[in-house]
Amino acid sequence: MKAWIAFGQIFWKDVRTYYLKPPNVSWGLLFPLAWTGMFFIKSGSGLETIPALLPGVVAISILFGTTSLLAVTVTFEKRGRSFERLLLAPIPLELLMLAKTAGAILFGVANAFVPILLAALLTNLGGVAWTSLIPGIVLIAVASTFLGLFVAVAVKEVFEAQTLSNFFRFPMVFLCGLFFPIAQLPGWLRPLSYVLPLTYGADILHGAVRRANTLPLALDFLLVVVFCGTLFFLTLVNVKRKWIL
Amino acid sequence: MRAGQQEAVTSLGDPPAIEVEGLAKRFGDVTAVDGISFAVRQGEIFGFLGPNGAGKTTTINMLTGLARPSGGTIRYFGRDHTSSVKSAQHLMGVVPDESNLYPELDGFENLCFCGALYGMPRPEREARARDLLETFGLAAVGSRRFGQYSKGMKRKLTIAAGIMHRPPVLFLDEPTTGIDVASARQIRQLLAGLNAAGTTIFLTTHYIEEAERLCDRIGFIVSGRIVALDTVDSLLQEVKGQHAVELLLSEERTAACAEISEAFPDLRCQATGSRLRLMSPKPVSLFPLLRFLDERDVRVFEARVVRQSLEEVFVRVTGIGVDEMRKEREKQGAAA
Repeated sequence: MKAWIAFGQIFWKDVRTYYLKPPNVSWGLLFPLAWTGMFFIKSGSGLETIPALLPGVVAISILFGTTSLLAVTVTFEKRGRSFERLLLAPIPLELLMLAKTAGAILFGVANAFVPILLAALLTNLGGVAWTSLIPGIVLIAVASTFLGLFVAVAVKEVFEAQTLSNFFRFPMVFLCGLFFPIAQLPGWLRPLSYVLPLTYGADILHGAVRRANTLPLALDFLLVVVFCGTLFFLTLVNVKRKWIL
Repeated sequence: MRAGQQEAVTSLGDPPAIEVEGLAKRFGDVTAVDGISFAVRQGEIFGFLGPNGAGKTTTINMLTGLARPSGGTIRYFGRDHTSSVKSAQHLMGVVPDESNLYPELDGFENLCFCGALYGMPRPEREARARDLLETFGLAAVGSRRFGQYSKGMKRKLTIAAGIMHRPPVLFLDEPTTGIDVASARQIRQLLAGLNAAGTTIFLTTHYIEEAERLCDRIGFIVSGRIVALDTVDSLLQEVKGQHAVELLLSEERTAACAEISEAFPDLRCQATGSRLRLMSPKPVSLFPLLRFLDERDVRVFEARVVRQSLEEVFVRVTGIGVDEMRKEREKQGAAA
């Protein structure tokens, strides 16, 4: 019970001091809007292309939203030593890191709904399988957040976190089948696609929005969960190795 | 033992609040802490003194769970917590050398947040935060953001945050470094009050006078090893009957010490830059000494009799000049 009081307050403090700040709210809204507009204009097609573009825009919004903020909430606090205060608290490290990421996961989910709401205004989303889409969005948010956490723990400075995040984020956008089918990628690049968590997240979204998944959805869900667990485990190992010297 | 503290310190039969045996920390080839052993009795103020890089902060980090020991054992109130100091973290409050509260939260919110980290329910932590703001003279600025506090206010709030959950043991790393004299005095009074209420305090400081005034017992650590550990009174016995004089020369004269020791066999001389410290079991007669130096073209700018203090003990047992400590202290104060 006591540990959950700490969990709740760490989560709520982060929401108040980071996620509800006007710059982050505007980032959370503008970024998905910009991606949506960009892809819509670039495609040069009519409204019928929205369902094809939607999974990509949703995934990108989550990926960039969560990873960017983790660099601040974790790296910045570690740099300013306020993170030590959390490490000194009598709460399990696992719960502490979950508390630090819960806000980012919610932020990612909220980001995802910006393009979905826009799409709902412009086209008919009646064919969307919401029972797959919503868990898919949550899982992508968790995987992206844990990827951001893994990066944030691996570096010392905020700018390093942003740089290293881009090293993962941009290739992922092009390799995971969000905008270009993996089958169209050069043969030597394809194996790389299958070691990226977003590949399976994107497949879930394609399946949920327009029944265009290439793998069974159950397998996609399972693999994203495995990626989440692995990233979280590696992060904990890194925290123990690098921060508790 | 300081007057008025007798009641607060529990009987010797109780297990020590902190007990450390052979505690060591190595970073690759560098040994930061070299198998130290000591016990901090319940209800005492234990001072841990040493120059920069001596191993003070590393020791605190191991005791609080921010660093893993390379060897040795850590016990709190008789229970072994070496393998998981986390299981003892509810027993301790930690005030680090740098104030590390959240600049974007106000004073009251910071205290409430710290209380929540230790599982305090909301009504309890809010009442406690109000009490502490009052006690530390910060009630008027409780709704001001921490980032806008002065250095002294920041230190006070950081100490208040350390005791939010009423820990039986409080670790304080350089609590008065870099703050003004009035705030430092107020903090010392607050610490004495906390201790009188039964809190065991583990204090590291560069300020030897502060340790002398506050602490029941003191351990001197140099290069990761404890070189002396005793009550303040017992440590002062080391220099009891000793007389010391300090001379400030116009320039550094490396040979001066050797020449003085040869001419005045009763005097023990120690040089730190252009400053000479002369110690003797008898009162030091200044006139022949100054004449001796004058004959050798050594100009003396200043001569002062040094009172018997813990500073003297520190110089004797560590071999480190008080000037070096002062410089470090100034450097740290400027950085803080």
